[in-house]
Amino acid sequence: MREGEDEWTGLMRSAISGDNAAYHRLLKAITPVLRAAARRGLARAGQPADQSEDIVQEILLAVHLKRHTWNAGAPFAPWLFAIARNKLIDALRRRGRRVFVNIDDFSETLPGEEPAETASPGEVAAHLEKLPQRQREVLGSIAVDAASIRETAAKFSMSEGAVRVALHRGLAALTAKLREK
Amino acid sequence: MDTDQLIRTLAADNAHRSPPVGVVLALGLVVAAPLSIAIFFLTLGVRSDVMTAMRNPFFDLKFAVTLALAISALAISLHLSRPEASPRGWVWLLALPVVLLAAGIHGEMLLPQRLPMMTRLVGNNWRVCLTAIPVLSLPLLAGALAGLRHGAPSRPTVAGAIAGLLSAGLAATLYASHCTDDSPLFVATWYTIATAVVTIIGALAGRKVLKY
Repeated sequence: MREGEDEWTGLMRSAISGDNAAYHRLLKAITPVLRAAARRGLARAGQPADQSEDIVQEILLAVHLKRHTWNAGAPFAPWLFAIARNKLIDALRRRGRRVFVNIDDFSETLPGEEPAETASPGEVAAHLEKLPQRQREVLGSIAVDAASIRETAAKFSMSEGAVRVALHRGLAALTAKLREK
Repeated sequence: MDTDQLIRTLAADNAHRSPPVGVVLALGLVVAAPLSIAIFFLTLGVRSDVMTAMRNPFFDLKFAVTLALAISALAISLHLSRPEASPRGWVWLLALPVVLLAAGIHGEMLLPQRLPMMTRLVGNNWRVCLTAIPVLSLPLLAGALAGLRHGAPSRPTVAGAIAGLLSAGLAATLYASHCTDDSPLFVATWYTIATAVVTIIGALAGRKVLKY
């Protein structure tokens, strides 16, 4: 077992019992590992490595939204790597198929589908633009301006509860949009 | 949004708690069940001689088999909703209804019968059986899939197929109270075909909707 994986399990347990700082540390700790895996996967598939960050972000979103499927009695790493593998395969397949459709079979392109192109970096950012205004503002405030939930609530004259709801819905909507594309 | 910003945003959402998959799956089934039950009572209904039938162990065996299927499939569904789960070691649960049914067939063979084997196997209701079980399954399958979307199955097709078995098991439990064919040979043939149809629908639907 890789060094630090036991630490991940401990951090995730703390996160689930409400320790936001532990959760932040955990996400920070797993990101380089995910990034390396994404780069390797892209390289093996003959894809440019500059798309690895999109895949990392997609994995992080899935980890976040599916963390209730982690069993707190089990080690965290196998669960994490299962999600990462799933998302990586998905991402590579999607990129692969686009190329295939592009070259071989235009008839399968559905009307209204965007012209096939390799995904540009910053997919999450691009989808963020398409969210409803409230969700976009709240996500922007917390992500870009590094505001807390309380500060965000004050800035937009919302209750903290409403900020939390908009935040979670925004993240779920981003993930849904990433899945659709 | 760069990754550090995303991480900060996710950490801010840490307070959000999702219910376990089991709860959402149960909710999906509870919402769907009244629809299947309504279709059952509007079109088929419980057989009129049910009080007498209940004294026939082969009538009761039908429920043991269909409920064993539903419960095994429910347990496997919940297991497979975890991303690192593998079906290995769990699919054996599905042997439970098969063993019950095989024991029933064996038991029936040992008893003197009024009707020849093929007559019992073909029965009177096979057309109804092949229609009713899939139709009654569909609302339950939709409810099960809606609930399982809350999970993160690494094999959406397999998870969908198991959801098909779960909904077919529940639908067959309803149907069994209508059907007057109690021979385990009838169950082994027609219930199995109907269940297979639902399983295929579940697999195809799961492939689409259970990807996370």
